[in-house]
Amino acid sequence: MYLIKGAHVVDPQVDLDDILDVLIDGDKIAQVAASIDAPAAATVIDGAGKYLVPGLVDMHVHFRDPGFEYKETIATGSRAAAHGGFTDVATMPNTDPVTDTGAEIRYQIDHGRSAGLVHIRPIGALTRGEQGEALAEIGDMVMEGACAFSDDGHGVQSAGMMRTCMGYVSQFDKVAIAHCEVESLSAGGVINEGRASTRLGMFGWPALGEELEIMRDIELCKLTGCALHIAHISTAKGLELVKAAKAEGLPVTCEVTPHHLFLDEDDITDLYDTSLKMNPPLRLPSDAEALRAGILDGSIDCLVTDHAPHAIHEKDCEWEIAFFGTIGLETSLPLMLTNMVAPGLMSWQRLVEVMAVNPRKVLRLAPIAVEAGAVADLTLIDPAQSVEVTEDYFQGKSKNSAFLGMTLTGAATDVFMAGTRTLADGVVA
Amino acid sequence: MLSVKHLIDTYSLTADDITQILDTAKSFAAVNNARIIKKVPALRGRTIVNLFLEPSTRTKSSFELAEKRLSADSISMGGSTSSVVKGESLADTIQTIDAMNVDMFVCRAKLAGTPQKITENTDAIVINAGDGKHQHPTQAMLDLYTIREHFGHLDGLKVAVVGDLAHSRVCGSLAPALKTMGAEVTLVGPPTFQVDDPDWFGCPQTSSLDEVIEDMDVVYMLRVQLERMEGASIPSRREYNRLYGLDMARVDRMKDDAIICHPGPMNRGMEINADVADCARSRILNQVNAGVLTRMAEMYLLLGGESNVSD
Repeated sequence: MYLIKGAHVVDPQVDLDDILDVLIDGDKIAQVAASIDAPAAATVIDGAGKYLVPGLVDMHVHFRDPGFEYKETIATGSRAAAHGGFTDVATMPNTDPVTDTGAEIRYQIDHGRSAGLVHIRPIGALTRGEQGEALAEIGDMVMEGACAFSDDGHGVQSAGMMRTCMGYVSQFDKVAIAHCEVESLSAGGVINEGRASTRLGMFGWPALGEELEIMRDIELCKLTGCALHIAHISTAKGLELVKAAKAEGLPVTCEVTPHHLFLDEDDITDLYDTSLKMNPPLRLPSDAEALRAGILDGSIDCLVTDHAPHAIHEKDCEWEIAFFGTIGLETSLPLMLTNMVAPGLMSWQRLVEVMAVNPRKVLRLAPIAVEAGAVADLTLIDPAQSVEVTEDYFQGKSKNSAFLGMTLTGAATDVFMAGTRTLADGVVA
Repeated sequence: MLSVKHLIDTYSLTADDITQILDTAKSFAAVNNARIIKKVPALRGRTIVNLFLEPSTRTKSSFELAEKRLSADSISMGGSTSSVVKGESLADTIQTIDAMNVDMFVCRAKLAGTPQKITENTDAIVINAGDGKHQHPTQAMLDLYTIREHFGHLDGLKVAVVGDLAHSRVCGSLAPALKTMGAEVTLVGPPTFQVDDPDWFGCPQTSSLDEVIEDMDVVYMLRVQLERMEGASIPSRREYNRLYGLDMARVDRMKDDAIICHPGPMNRGMEINADVADCARSRILNQVNAGVLTRMAEMYLLLGGESNVSD
């Protein structure tokens, strides 16, 4: 039993924006009130100066388990998630073997439970082996607990295959998550096409390669009726396409990563710092600006990290052969607090929407509100906490962060996952 | 003294740096071109490692001769396999060689940014002998030397760089160096070979060689990588030659004093016809000769020599 006293509770779902006490009993929230007397059995946590919000959800992470356990495992990724303030993560299926059967979904859930730090919400592959050629056993995976479907890491190259996938998924109340990349346009590309590719002398990965597939998948959404979620959107034009689809009333949503919000191709200097090599690549400053506007105005639904752990030797090499991606779970909330909330650009309500409420909606998870009777998935945030982003700061297995060296302000201090205190005063349980 | 510690790209070079390199190279011309004993003791006792991670004939032999003529101790490593292919990381390769105490690395690599990574793993001085599609600064210096020898100056000259611009480290380093020295550069190539962002170079870009050739003082033909042909960025060798190849009909339209350059190796009959390559305007072998002189100058200046050479 925990009593969090005097935290500023923010939950737009139940219209809360007040200093309140919250009592957790077992796996549920027992009471939310202006003042609660501490029961004898309760551990009292001082929430003064802190914010208490529904547990944060990162609906796009790579835990590399099974197959690439040297980069991350479900256990180590869970530690990073708890440290970053998350109660739920959705794991992408590009494991080895690919998570494309019910048994593989069960593996994710079982290993998540034994780690016991975060709810693992596995995403299954759309196509067998993410090969883009044949349907994966989507129904089998639904029955084992898959929350969504994606071939993340690749676009489904054939329009016909994607139509089949979305048509098939549409029979379940699940979303297809699209990694949009026309490989005939992006082939060989390792950096945004344009100034950056010219400057550094490498093959470009053009914005059009992403936008064309967003266009296609929006049309397939129209055709099949399948809910569509655009993964890691990186261009202004891509966002315009999503906005137009939403205006038409189509079931289309999208997500953005902190690195596409707060970094751009100009950050890549002739030092060739491979921690900035991403897929999709860092785009133009004007793209990042449009994405920041989009996450404020509601056209972008969710903030995700695309947490992509890689071993040192996979990044400490020449840019063209370095692996794509950055870790993100432990810097996501501090970055949003530092760059968006503290300067007054983003309200706490909006932060809670993009990091907690909307990801649950997109993934069709039960909503978690700060109210009596709800599952006690909660995140307590100290907006004044200083975060030095060093390798030692990270609790996950890999340290390949694009944000190393930064000093950020604001972080989760405590996390409750179904009533279990997975993060206590900044320390992972 | 140059303003840079390493020679990685031409963007970092000032006009004064380039002039020092060209002037120093000129002073080595006497050693290299006129003497029977083509050797000075300028770098005696200094150790240079030529790390050629992708195949190279002319650049590698040019560096090796330049090193010998400066009396440096040098070894050449690599060949067709990169360290990565052998399973060793670049950092390990460099740290291993660095542990043997060397003064300079000369590196050719197929991956952009390799010379920069080398500087992060050694205190030795690094010369970029070509990194992927990025930069080839020593090629640019020998080109500038050759052009300056002919015209006596670089400023105000009009230079067309013609061919596979987007995939060319030669273009990537030559165009900025020419601009730094006050020349005007026009990039010419089929749209499928044009650079992603010509504004970065600050040069106009056109797909018509015929429209610009009469105005040019220098026509610089780039080598077309044969693997980029046929069915990919251009339809055929024959069509490329017809649209962009330098043939005698085009040469006849050039200014009286205009010259022709090519970094080699040439595809005769493709980007340049055989009779053109061997004609009086061609400076292609002068470029090769200038390669030894300018590389001697670069190694000498980077290893602490002053621009006044005395042996």
